[in-house]
Amino acid sequence: MNFSYTILIPLIPLTVFLLLGIFNKKIKPAVSGYIGVFGLLASATISFYTAYQYFFVSAKVDGVYQTFVEKTVWMNFTETLHIDMGILIDPISVMMLLVVSTVSLMVHIYSRGYMKGDEGYTKFFAFLSLFTFSMYGLVLATNLFQIYIFWELVGVSSYLLIGYYYTKPSAVAAAKKAFIVTRFADLGFLIGILIMSYYTGTFDFETLNNPEGSAILNWASTSFMGLSAITWALILIFIGGAGKSAMLPFHIWLPDAMEGPTPVSALIHAATMVVAGIYLVARLFPMFYFVENGFALNIVAYVGAISALFAAIIAITQTDIKRVLAFSTMSQLGYMMLALGVSGYDGHHGVGYMASMFHLFTHAMFKALLFLGAGSVIHAVHSNYLKDMGGLRKYMPITNITFLIAALAIAGIPPFAGFFSKDEILVAAYEHNKLIYYIGVFVAGLTAFYIFRIYFGIFWGKDKEYEHKPKESPLSMTFPLLFLALMSIIGGFVPFSEFVTPDKSGFEAHLNYPLAAIAVGVGLIGIILAWVFYKKENSLADTFANAFGPFYKWASDKFYFDEIYLFVAKKILFKRVSAPIAWFDKKVVDGTMEGIGNKTVLISKKIKGMQSGKVQDYAFAFISGVVVLAIVFIYIWTN
Amino acid sequence: MDILSLFITIPIITVLALVFTKGLKKARLVAMVGSVIQLGMAINLVFAYFKEKAVDDAIMVFTRDVVWYEKFNIHYSIGVDGVSVALLLLTAIVVLAGVFISWKMNDLPKEFFIALIVLSIGVYGFFISIDLFTLFVFFEIAVIPMYLLIGIWGTGPKEYSAMKLTLMLMGASAILLVGILGIYFNSNADGGALTFNILEIAQVNIPFEAQKIFFPLVFIGFAVISALFPFHTWSPDGHSSAPTAVSMLHAGVLMKLGGYGIFRVAMYLLPEGTLHWSWFFIILATIGVIYGAFSAIKQTDLKYINAYSSVSHLGMVLFALLMLNKTAWNGAILQSLSHGFMTALFFALIGMIYGRTNTRDIYKLGGLLKVIPFISVIYVIVGLASLGLPGLSGFVAEMNIFVGAFQHEDMFYRVSTIIVVSAIVVTAVYILRAAGIMLMGPVKNEAYLDLPKVTWYEKTGILLLLIPIVGMGVAPLWLSDMIMESLQPFIQGVL
Repeated sequence: MNFSYTILIPLIPLTVFLLLGIFNKKIKPAVSGYIGVFGLLASATISFYTAYQYFFVSAKVDGVYQTFVEKTVWMNFTETLHIDMGILIDPISVMMLLVVSTVSLMVHIYSRGYMKGDEGYTKFFAFLSLFTFSMYGLVLATNLFQIYIFWELVGVSSYLLIGYYYTKPSAVAAAKKAFIVTRFADLGFLIGILIMSYYTGTFDFETLNNPEGSAILNWASTSFMGLSAITWALILIFIGGAGKSAMLPFHIWLPDAMEGPTPVSALIHAATMVVAGIYLVARLFPMFYFVENGFALNIVAYVGAISALFAAIIAITQTDIKRVLAFSTMSQLGYMMLALGVSGYDGHHGVGYMASMFHLFTHAMFKALLFLGAGSVIHAVHSNYLKDMGGLRKYMPITNITFLIAALAIAGIPPFAGFFSKDEILVAAYEHNKLIYYIGVFVAGLTAFYIFRIYFGIFWGKDKEYEHKPKESPLSMTFPLLFLALMSIIGGFVPFSEFVTPDKSGFEAHLNYPLAAIAVGVGLIGIILAWVFYKKENSLADTFANAFGPFYKWASDKFYFDEIYLFVAKKILFKRVSAPIAWFDKKVVDGTMEGIGNKTVLISKKIKGMQSGKVQDYAFAFISGVVVLAIVFIYIWTN
Repeated sequence: MDILSLFITIPIITVLALVFTKGLKKARLVAMVGSVIQLGMAINLVFAYFKEKAVDDAIMVFTRDVVWYEKFNIHYSIGVDGVSVALLLLTAIVVLAGVFISWKMNDLPKEFFIALIVLSIGVYGFFISIDLFTLFVFFEIAVIPMYLLIGIWGTGPKEYSAMKLTLMLMGASAILLVGILGIYFNSNADGGALTFNILEIAQVNIPFEAQKIFFPLVFIGFAVISALFPFHTWSPDGHSSAPTAVSMLHAGVLMKLGGYGIFRVAMYLLPEGTLHWSWFFIILATIGVIYGAFSAIKQTDLKYINAYSSVSHLGMVLFALLMLNKTAWNGAILQSLSHGFMTALFFALIGMIYGRTNTRDIYKLGGLLKVIPFISVIYVIVGLASLGLPGLSGFVAEMNIFVGAFQHEDMFYRVSTIIVVSAIVVTAVYILRAAGIMLMGPVKNEAYLDLPKVTWYEKTGILLLLIPIVGMGVAPLWLSDMIMESLQPFIQGVL
């Protein structure tokens, strides 16, 4: 079976980017919107065709999904080590193609309405295409270096799109922050790649991931500070993943990234780019699982669980709806990480891995829907803040219904998509690690509470004083909402365990009824509490907030992570490192050179008498000086 | 005449033609025609090189040898390998771009272009020489016009900067001359005649005692022009006072002479000295990389930011050379090329911004993306190249350096490598800081609302430099392989 045509999937958006980027001024906005949408429609069609071919027609041999790789050398480092560019088709990459295509297409359509009349309309579609190209490249990467290359490219697209409103200082600052924080994490990723390639001699996923291959079998042959060097490499690579996926403590860029236009938040900072970290761990899953008995994988599990809990607590206290959704994203990404962390490898043991990918898929649909719904609301009331919203269900029926569906999905209420994937995650956690399971269940309750807090806050309660009467968004914006709502309803019925498993052979998954009942029960409690607190405006919420005292304040100030980073960056690095170095350079290093110069002038003043004023004399003195010096030096040192 | 000597002859003819011109229009036309021919030859040389290399397996091809001064066995001896071919192409592109950027040089245009072309003669000659003495002469030819170019056409405290730059570089040259003479007087160690020919000396086993002494002299002599810490202080002042085209040529091409000289002379001829001293210079280069980057964070003048950024990037070149393996060396040469294009383009853009706003202080600028979008977008792209974004040239070079440096398992190498790698974060900070303050945000000054648009000659200069940056970043294979292949004999010589 030949999948080489999939190379078109990234190439089409790249062409669109170049077209819109170079002829930016010459293309009419309306035309550029169509170019963007139809370009992506083509890519999406090929992606769906690929998925159909792969999963249902031809890729299964003896019950195991095969991997297809096609690549060409891009640059040689040594005779054996080189960066390749190519495509790798296996269950998770095909699944990601579907996610990226679907969400990106919906966001493209939505943006035609949302960005209408914006000065940089064409530029916006160019950037969206650049991002989509990079994300496809990342998904299809055949080796660590290729994934790193596209990893950086999605990072820069994210930078450009967060800073899209570049005349706004807060947007510029947010873009810079996102880039630098993730770059810092990428430093770990890069060093991890360097260590990995040094000890295994390859960047290739195929070679690295082979459970019988030398990379996995020989992990014990190297050691550094009590661990295998390969484990260190995996931990460093995971740091890169944690940066992109906004895991603790690299999460601080994600809430600020909400400065970007809302469609961007939906596409990049909810559904696709932020799951790159999850995808990276999944991509190297056999290594994480087999090397040093899964030491690095345990770290993944705990980082995921703690991030899920931490973000869910903060989400409850935020008043900007996009920030609530941002922390919600971080929390859900934590779920996916912890699911990978508790997963096994063969057969049914791989349920965690399967659940993580399943949740990645369903989350992409309902979280994109939540963001696009929030965008629709923001579009109508011109504010991001909960205090400026209320009673909107009357004015925006479609947005209301679709937002409710997404909220039920994320709260884990059957039969919506989130219920199925979250249930599998909790099953995996329950079988592996009880502590993580309890955290997971608690977070499920928090999730239901915070999402219904904003749902009731936006669509129920009293009307606020609106400048213009809010009205439903145009079809270009409501169509994506309806489509994603449909996906959030039916997405849970996809039999993921047959398609996406670590050993690629599929297994039968069953609902675990007692665990499902507990999860749904906790979710319902969260919804009921939110209903009591927020359906009608009352003082209950404030009373409870006060009861928590300082803890509430810490949570609403995001546990001061931003302040810590700011302190390190501004007070320590800028004031205590950079400024002294600049001073040292001016005064000490340059000062010494100046001193030598000044001393020379001083001496020359003293011996001025020797000056004859004849150029020939100077030339003679200069040349003979150099020659004498040279002869003296050579004489001394050759003997 | 052979294909390489033309590289010196054509600029000489251009200079002679310039002498007879009058006024800006004729002078720039002559300079442009000369530089275009030169660029055509450089491109032609790449193809000719591949053709020649297919049939000729020598280390240097297109060689030619004429005795120049028999008594000391000084020859005019030339030849090229993949490394010099690539650097000649860089020089030709930067010179032509520099001519376009100086399109409106109204002060003494004839003299300006003459000085510029004379400078380029030195650079071309340097890259094709395989005779140490001739090489040194060309080195001096490249350095001396700098004094005039900054002292006469510069801005700000130009006399001070020109003096500082010239004195420091001359001091380095004196040290270098001693080193070169040291090599010369030891070139008969195996019983042959004294010679300046690099390829011949490479076959001689210079005694270890002599290598130990002369390696640091040659290394420092060359490294000062590559802004090795702590001998870099001429660079920020020099660049900030120099006119745009001179900054471009100086940072883009002249600063590359250092790394090239170290690779061709110091390491190739004094391999044992290299091994003996490499730890010391690795420390200096590592400090330079991180120190330059941190200094750049604090600067407010665009040219200072770029000058310190050059200290950091060229520190990486020196660091990579000291790693003594093919991958790292390949990275060093690629970084030289990449930095050459990038920094020349940076200085060109800074010149355009300064020409329009009369300030280089980033805090006085702001919102430029809105008023001069073309220049600003290009600035962002070069900035991204500088911070090593894949798809642009910086990434290709840096990854070769990092992968090469990581081939050493020794703790000392590992630690210094990780320090150097961490510069990618600091670089991102100073690039995005400058771009954020200067290009984005609201327009600071109402007078900036109607700045003149970018002109055709500015665009031409920009595109000349931008195309190689993108080209190298997207398809590095042929260039990287061409250089890598040429490194083989040298790495065997050293190890």
